[in-house]
Amino acid sequence: MNFGPIFLFLIAAGGVVFVALFLNRMLAPRKPNPEKLSTYECGEEAVGSPWIRFNTRFYVIALIFLVFDVEVLFLFPWAVNLKSLGMFAWIEMAVFIIILSVGLAYVWAKRDLEWIKPDSDEIQAALRQSSQTITDK
Amino acid sequence: MNITYNLPAIGTQLVLGAGVILVLLADLLTGKKNRDVAYQTTLTVLVLAGIICVMKWGSAGAGFGGQVFGDGFASFFNLAFLAIAFLVVFNSPNYLKRNEIDHGEYYMLILIAVLGMTFMSSAGDLLIFFLGLETMSISLYVLAGFHKSRARSNESSLKYLLLGAFFTGFLLYGIALIYGQVGSTNLADITSYLAGSANPLGGYMGVGLALLLVGLLFKMAVVPFHFWSPDVYDGAPTPVTAFMSAAPKAAAFAAALRIFYDPAISLGLPWDKTLWIAAALTITLGNFAALAQSSIKRMLAYSSITHAGYLMIGLAAGNELGASGMLYYLFTYGFMNVGAFTIAWLVNRRGEGNYLLSDFAQLGSRNPVMALLMSIFMLSLTGIPPLAGFFGKLYVFSAGVKAGLIWLVVIAVLNSVVSVFYYLRVMVIMYMREEEGLKDLEKAPTVAITAILCGLVILLLGLFPGPLLDLARESVLSLL
Amino acid sequence: MHHETITTTHSALLWLIPAFPFLGMLINGLLGKKQSPGAAGILASGAMFLSFIVSAVVFFQLLGMHAEERSLTQTLYTWMHVGDFSANISFLIDPLSAVMILVVTGVGFLIHVYSIGYMKGDPGVVRYFTQLNLFAFFMLLLVMADNYLLMFVGWEGVGLCSYLLIGFWWDDMDKAIAGKKAFIVNRIGDFGFLLAMFLIFVAFGSLDFETVFARATGMPYGSGVVTAITLLLFLGACGKSAQLPLYVWLPDAMAGPTPVSALIHAATMVTAGVYMVARSNILYTLAPVSMAVVAGIGAATAIFAATIGLAQFDIKKVLAYSTVSQLGYMFLACGVGAFGAGIFHLMTHAFFKALLFMGSGSIIHAMHHYMEKTGSHDDPQDMRNMGGLRKHMPKTYWTFLLATLAIAGIPGFSGFFSKDEILWKAFSSGNIAVWVIGAIAAGLTAFYMFRLVYMTFFGEFKPAQSGEHPHESPSVMTVPLMILAVLSIIGGWVGIPHVLGGGNHIEHWFHPVFAGSEHISTLHQGHGIHSSGIEMTVMIVSVLIALAGIGIAYLFYIKKTDIPGKIVSAIGPLHKLVYNKYFVDEIYEAGVVTPIEKTSDFFLWRFFDVKIVDGMVNGAATVVDFIAGHLRKVQTGFVQNYALIMGAAVLVIVLVFVW
Repeated sequence: MNFGPIFLFLIAAGGVVFVALFLNRMLAPRKPNPEKLSTYECGEEAVGSPWIRFNTRFYVIALIFLVFDVEVLFLFPWAVNLKSLGMFAWIEMAVFIIILSVGLAYVWAKRDLEWIKPDSDEIQAALRQSSQTITDK
Repeated sequence: MNITYNLPAIGTQLVLGAGVILVLLADLLTGKKNRDVAYQTTLTVLVLAGIICVMKWGSAGAGFGGQVFGDGFASFFNLAFLAIAFLVVFNSPNYLKRNEIDHGEYYMLILIAVLGMTFMSSAGDLLIFFLGLETMSISLYVLAGFHKSRARSNESSLKYLLLGAFFTGFLLYGIALIYGQVGSTNLADITSYLAGSANPLGGYMGVGLALLLVGLLFKMAVVPFHFWSPDVYDGAPTPVTAFMSAAPKAAAFAAALRIFYDPAISLGLPWDKTLWIAAALTITLGNFAALAQSSIKRMLAYSSITHAGYLMIGLAAGNELGASGMLYYLFTYGFMNVGAFTIAWLVNRRGEGNYLLSDFAQLGSRNPVMALLMSIFMLSLTGIPPLAGFFGKLYVFSAGVKAGLIWLVVIAVLNSVVSVFYYLRVMVIMYMREEEGLKDLEKAPTVAITAILCGLVILLLGLFPGPLLDLARESVLSLL
Repeated sequence: MHHETITTTHSALLWLIPAFPFLGMLINGLLGKKQSPGAAGILASGAMFLSFIVSAVVFFQLLGMHAEERSLTQTLYTWMHVGDFSANISFLIDPLSAVMILVVTGVGFLIHVYSIGYMKGDPGVVRYFTQLNLFAFFMLLLVMADNYLLMFVGWEGVGLCSYLLIGFWWDDMDKAIAGKKAFIVNRIGDFGFLLAMFLIFVAFGSLDFETVFARATGMPYGSGVVTAITLLLFLGACGKSAQLPLYVWLPDAMAGPTPVSALIHAATMVTAGVYMVARSNILYTLAPVSMAVVAGIGAATAIFAATIGLAQFDIKKVLAYSTVSQLGYMFLACGVGAFGAGIFHLMTHAFFKALLFMGSGSIIHAMHHYMEKTGSHDDPQDMRNMGGLRKHMPKTYWTFLLATLAIAGIPGFSGFFSKDEILWKAFSSGNIAVWVIGAIAAGLTAFYMFRLVYMTFFGEFKPAQSGEHPHESPSVMTVPLMILAVLSIIGGWVGIPHVLGGGNHIEHWFHPVFAGSEHISTLHQGHGIHSSGIEMTVMIVSVLIALAGIGIAYLFYIKKTDIPGKIVSAIGPLHKLVYNKYFVDEIYEAGVVTPIEKTSDFFLWRFFDVKIVDGMVNGAATVVDFIAGHLRKVQTGFVQNYALIMGAAVLVIVLVFVW
């Protein structure tokens, strides 16, 4: 096998990273403060006891993300070989994406894409009522 | 790449898959007001799948390059899954409403579980089998915990998930090892490898097959891989328990038959040291544990362990009589079990988790029809002729004797003698125990219809076992 | 050798025989509480009567045929077939089953009628008749089946009904336990039957009587498989027919209503084992070891139960042990190859023992009413509270006396002919030891039966209180007694031996059924003794023994009533042994129940965290109390523990595969 192109590709990739970091260092203004220097961790405190309560919303969002992430994983090999696989594979992938879209629709309809999700219909009704009273005032 | 797709081979699965999406969407659109649309759609989908299954009975052949089979064997099991699911779904709304867990996802999850099972029964490839198994299991994990607000249901779900994941690991590792040795996950390739090998268990193969077997035994809830099942069955919502104790077990046995029911494979494996002992342990332990239960739900849970043990005899026998006996047994067992669980939750009056046997007191005079039906289920589970349960046992045990497993059959027969004690106790309580303060049964037409249907099937299949047994034999023959 | 091919005739009538009781059961059962108690009894009895009429028609149809062609069959449909094996729902009436259906429907009908009077006023009358009819249905299936599988259906069914009827008065805990004990002991027997069926299926590839017996004649004499089959079948028979060591349930089964004792535990169900052995006569004849076992167990049971009968004071217990003993007689007969004689005794025994039970029921009925009236709390079944009933209950007395004469073997009465036939067959086939035991048991029988008669009917009525005395039962109860009394006398006349100038019709009647095995046994064992002189002598000896038994009873309980007391004190420990039924129940308790309890406690509980509640196999001493008193382990354990054990098991399986 000829690994030449792959080697070149590796060098180029490394180069791009290096150049990007270098340029960034050169051009960006630097005004550090403690908040800026802390490690970024999705809005959570990065340091502290690991035994704290996480918001369960993270898991739901992570799951939804994973589903579509995996979808993409399937799409790549399919896309590469689409010509040889033919019409049937195209229809199969269409079915696959439709199924996932239904999932998306479900998640949407169940309000799982919203960060704050009222737990039940009653709470929702109560919320609606309270907002009503606010507007009434 | 040249793949023959042959869609009719997965006709039933296609209907079910489309059904899942349909039910989901239907419930999203109408679920706010009521669940009737989801409920009716589910029943329609099950019936439609059943019609496709019967229309294409055994004629579809192999599909997707031998990865799935639409043979008689698959059709037989698929029909059994559909029938069990139909009966369970049919009377579920009553239960779901009473316990305030009336969500549309319930129906969708059952359909997904059935979809997984149908892939298990028709898999021609270990990966398809694995996909089916996981599809089924994951929806069952959720179903077991469907009682969101109830701790026992959550516990049940979590235990099932943890242990299930544990054994999924074993199973997948086994498949990987087999692939490493054979270079294929296709069952036909594996069979020809084993048949052609001088030392079939050499290399990675021994460990691979052992782990594959273990994964199946876990799903069958065979001792010592049964620990999860009483807890899970007990905590899960009762219709789910009825479903879980019949259908997934049948699916696991179907897969086991697909993989191991072939002289080329089964002759070379140490069944005498594994299946033999596991069967004897399963039957005995399940039985004795069932004796000690005061809750009918737990009693039936242990009883279902025992029945898995009886079925193991058919698997260990490895002959045609045993395999067809298992098919007959599994089919009829589904009806007995669903019937018994259905009446159990109708009669239960103290809420989930307290399915006391004493709730059955005086059922004989309170509701003679239900009492009669429950008697039929109990007698059939005991194996009293002329009910269907007797013939299942008769065939499986005969197969054991034929295969020379005399002592295993002796243990099994002795145990079915013991089992009389706890099955009959239900009858005694129904007809002879006086108890104060029992309420009348709530009117639940769907439950009554389900129970009557199950009772009739058991009675008819006992009086006329011929056609079903012929079908079972043909199905087994279609395997080879 | 060739099996005689029996030409069979089709009959469309046969299905009606079990259909009538089934219909009666269905109607009474479905009406349930809506059915009036009076109508239930009449319906149930009517169903039995119709069934009896059809049985009689079938019997006469059979009688009108040539001896070798006496076989009627009806196949309703093919039940199932597995490969080359098939079983039908089909009935076979030959001379053997014809006698059985007449006994079941005839005696059954009388007992149904009697029950109308006996059960009057009981709140569970409708349930009672439903179960009684169901029992009759299963019993008829059992005797009419033409294959082992259908026979097994009946076999299980009668066991179930017996269980339900013994525990009929469920509020009484002892009775509940008695029912359970009966069922569990019976299941041990059923276990034998089931295994035997598998073996028959494997060895002969069929369960049809005709096919199995035809193929069996091709097996070598004394073949191991046939011996195993017959021994397992006999285990089944021991359970059902209360033979050593599985007889323990029958005396306890007396807890049920007395007509039930008469029907199930005297006349029909308990004789099913004898019928099954007689039906399988070819198999047994081919297995001399099994024959010896059958004869040995039969003889041992006959004398063992008879000695227990000597010391009982409960009137029904005496009769129960007597039944066990008489069943031993029937097995003794089968064991020496006299299958016909065994069935003959089965028939006469059905008459006189049903009569004895119903007579005792009549007494208990009267005593019960008397006790109620006087407010006494004595046991209405204890013979020590009775006496002098002859005056107050003449019809019961006379019929009871006739039955007692029959069971004691007084010449001219039915029991004499059948018992004598058995003893003679035992003697002439060279089993002298068996004959001696049988003859002694006969003497004991005469003694304890007359002891019973003297204690109940003679002397003074013990609790005599202010002019009150028990009254005769209503005629709905006494008329069946009279009919059975007539049968107890003349029932044996069909079997008067040649030596007394009779025709021994019954032997000829049974001949076609047992011809095959007679052929085999003469082939292998030669002919027995044939001498009318010896036969006469043997007969006279047995009559003398019986008379001696009666004489001693007269001496003890009428003439010098202080003798029994003296004897008891003289042989104290021995009497205690016999009175306590040789402590068999206690031995079972120590030998079976306790070890099982221990195993459960130490083994199952420790290792599997499952609480097994003490003693579940022998129902004798166990009340399974699951909730109260025990802190139940709600949780079977933690997931970690489960995972650990299962992981270890995975390792074991992997090792087994790799090894």
